[in-house]
Amino acid sequence: MNYNWNWSIFFEPAPGGTGTYFHMLLSGLWLTIQTGIFAWIIALIFGSVIGVLRTLPSKTAYWIGFAWVEFFRNMPLLVQLFLWFFVLPELLPRSWGLWLKQMPNAPFYTAAIGIGLFMSARVAVQLGAGIASLPRGQKQAATALGLTTLQGYRYVLLPIAFRIIMPPLTSEFLNTIKNTAVAITIGLIELTGQARSMQEFSFQVFEAFTAATVMYLLINIVVVTGMRFLERSLAIPGYITGK
Amino acid sequence: MFANFDFDVIRRSLGYLFLDGMAFTLTLTGLSALGGIIFGTLIALMRLSGFKVLGRIAGLYVDFMRSLPLVLVIFWFYFLVPYVGQWLTGASRPISVGAFTSALVTFIMFEAAYFSEIMRAGIQSISKGQPAAANALGMTYAQTMRYVVLPQAFRNMLPVLLTQTIVLFQDTSLVYVLSMPDFLGAASKVAQRDGRLVEMYLFAAVVYFTISCAASFAVRRLQARISIVR
Amino acid sequence: MIEINHVNKWYGPTFQALKDCTTKVAKGEVVVVCGPSGSGKSTLIKCVNALEPIQEGEIILDGIKVNDPKTDLPKLRARVGMVFQHFELFPHLRIIENLCLGQEKVLGRSHDEAMAKGAKLLDRVGLKVHANKYPAELSGGQQQRVAIARALAMDPIAMLFDEPTSALDPEMISEVLDVMVDLAREGMTMMVVTHEMGFARKVAHRVIFMDQGEIVEDALKDDFFGKPRSDRAQKFLSKILSH
Repeated sequence: MNYNWNWSIFFEPAPGGTGTYFHMLLSGLWLTIQTGIFAWIIALIFGSVIGVLRTLPSKTAYWIGFAWVEFFRNMPLLVQLFLWFFVLPELLPRSWGLWLKQMPNAPFYTAAIGIGLFMSARVAVQLGAGIASLPRGQKQAATALGLTTLQGYRYVLLPIAFRIIMPPLTSEFLNTIKNTAVAITIGLIELTGQARSMQEFSFQVFEAFTAATVMYLLINIVVVTGMRFLERSLAIPGYITGK
Repeated sequence: MFANFDFDVIRRSLGYLFLDGMAFTLTLTGLSALGGIIFGTLIALMRLSGFKVLGRIAGLYVDFMRSLPLVLVIFWFYFLVPYVGQWLTGASRPISVGAFTSALVTFIMFEAAYFSEIMRAGIQSISKGQPAAANALGMTYAQTMRYVVLPQAFRNMLPVLLTQTIVLFQDTSLVYVLSMPDFLGAASKVAQRDGRLVEMYLFAAVVYFTISCAASFAVRRLQARISIVR
Repeated sequence: MIEINHVNKWYGPTFQALKDCTTKVAKGEVVVVCGPSGSGKSTLIKCVNALEPIQEGEIILDGIKVNDPKTDLPKLRARVGMVFQHFELFPHLRIIENLCLGQEKVLGRSHDEAMAKGAKLLDRVGLKVHANKYPAELSGGQQQRVAIARALAMDPIAMLFDEPTSALDPEMISEVLDVMVDLAREGMTMMVVTHEMGFARKVAHRVIFMDQGEIVEDALKDDFFGKPRSDRAQKFLSKILSH
C-alpha cells in the first residue's frame, strides 16, 4: 500500500486554531457522549411509558403503543432526523418555525430528541416483552394485595422487568451512542464528523478513522463494563433472571 | 398548512426517484442481504467450529463491527477499498471501484456481523440429536452442515433474517453521507434543486414507511405460518 | 361474609368456566373447595376478589358488591388476603419488604408500624430469622408461609387460598398446613381450594365439590365425607383417598 502514514499528525495544530487534531477528535468524542446520554434518557422515558402501554389490558393503550412503535421503527433514522430538522419547522406556525431554525445548537437538540424517540420504540419493545415474560401470578398477587395498577407496575412489575432486560438494554444504549453518528447529516460534528473533517483537512484518512474507531471501542468497553457492574449490583440473590 | 405545497414536484420526479433511486436502494439491499447472510453463516460456522483460534477471530470480527457506527464503517470502506483493490490486483495506484461496489462491500462486511449472530442462534437451536443422526449415517462434517443443520437453522431463522433485512433496507439510506444516488439521495437531490425539502422528505418518509410496514407485516404472516407448520 | 349468587363466567365466546354457581361463606367459617383439575375451583376463588371478571350473577363481600363498576376494587381487595399456588412473593424485595409493601402503599401505614407488624407475623410463621433474605433463598414451604404472613399483614377479614400446597414438595406440605390450621382455629373466615382432605376433615365446616364449572355438592363436612350424594363426588373422593 503506497499510503503515507503519519501518526504524529494528531499532535499537529488543526485549522481553526483551537488545538491539535487530537483535541478536535476529543471534542467530537465528548459531543458523541453528550448526545448519546441525552438521547438515551429520552428513549428510556418514552420507551418505558410506551412499553407499559403495550402490556395494559386496554385496547386503546395497546393501539397507542402499537402505533408509536411502528411509526418510529419503520422509517430510517436518517429520514426521521430530516423530518425533525428540515420539515417540522416549516409545518409549524411561522414564528415557532423561525424560533426552531434560529435555535443555537439546533443539530444537537434535534439529534438527541430524534434519536431518543427512534430508540424509544426499541426500548418499548424490550420492556413490553420483559413485562410479558413475568409470571401472571405476580400481577395477580400485586392486585390481590390491593395495589392499584399504577402501584403494581411501580413497585412490582417494573423493578423485576427492568432487571430481566438489562442485557438487551445495554446493547440498545450502545446502539443509541452509535446512532449519534447519523446526526452528521444534520451538521452535528460528533466523533465521526470530527474524524471526517480531520481527513478533509489533513488527508491522513486512515489515522483519523483509526483514532475514531479506537474511541468507539473504548466507549463500548466502558459502557459494557459499567452496565455489568450495575447488573451485578442490582442482581437479586438466588433469583435467576430470564427464568 | 399544506396550502403552498407543491406536490407536483413529486409527480415530475417519480421516474428518477424510483427507476434510479429506489432501484439502487433495492439492488443494494438485496445483494447485501445475500452476501451478508452467506458471509455471516461462514462466520457463525467459524465460531461454532471448535477450533479455538478460528472461533476467536470470528468472535473478534463480530464484536468489532458491532461496536462501530455504520456511518464510520461506510467512510472506512469508501477510502479503504481502493487500496485493497490495488493490493489485490497489483496495480500501481489505488483503483477506483465506484460508489455502488464500495457500498456493497461495506454493507456485506457490516451486516455479516449481525447476520452471523442470527445464524449462530439458529444453529444452536437445532437439537444435538440432529448432527448425531447425520454422523451416524456416515455424513462428513461438511455434509452434516450442508444437508441437515443449516437448512433447518435457516428455515427457523428466516423471519429474523428477513426482519434484519428490513433494517438493512433502512440502513442503506446512510449512503447519503457519500452523496450516492439511492432513493433518499435522489429525493434529496430533487429537494435541493427545486428548493422543495418539505415535500420531498415527507414523500421519502412515506415511501420508506410503507415499504417497511408492508414487509414487516409479510414477515409476521410468514412467522405465523412457520410456527403452525412446526 | 362472602356471597356468591348465580355466577356465570365465560372465557371467550364459547368456553363456560363457571355455570350458575351459588354459595355462601359465613363469618368465621372455613370452606374447602375441591374437584378435579379444570373444574373451575381456582376460577371461582379468583372471582371473589375480582382477579377474574364475571359476566353474570353477583358476588358480595362483607356487604359490598364486587362486580359493581363503582366499587373501589383495590380497597376491597386489601381487606381480603389471598395465597397463591406458586407463592408469588415479589422476588426483588426482601422477605420483610414483601410484608411491608402492601401495608405502606395500600393501607398507608408508617414504615415503622409496617416493620413491627411484619416482624410479629414472621415470628408467628416461624421465619423471623429470614427477614432480610430474598424469596429465592427460601424453600417452597418457607416461601408459602411468608406469603400467608404477607396476606395477614393487611389485617384481612377473610382469607382465600388457591391450592396453597400443590406446588410444594411433599415434605413441606405440613408446615404450611399447620399455619393454616392455626388460622382456622382462631376463627378466620377462610375459603380454601385444596386437595388436602386431611386438612378438610380437621378444620373445615363445609366442603364444596365442583366439576365442569358447576357446584355439584355443597355440604357440611361430616355429610360430605360420610356419604356424598353425587356419583361424581364419590368417584373423586375414592380416587383421592385411595392412595
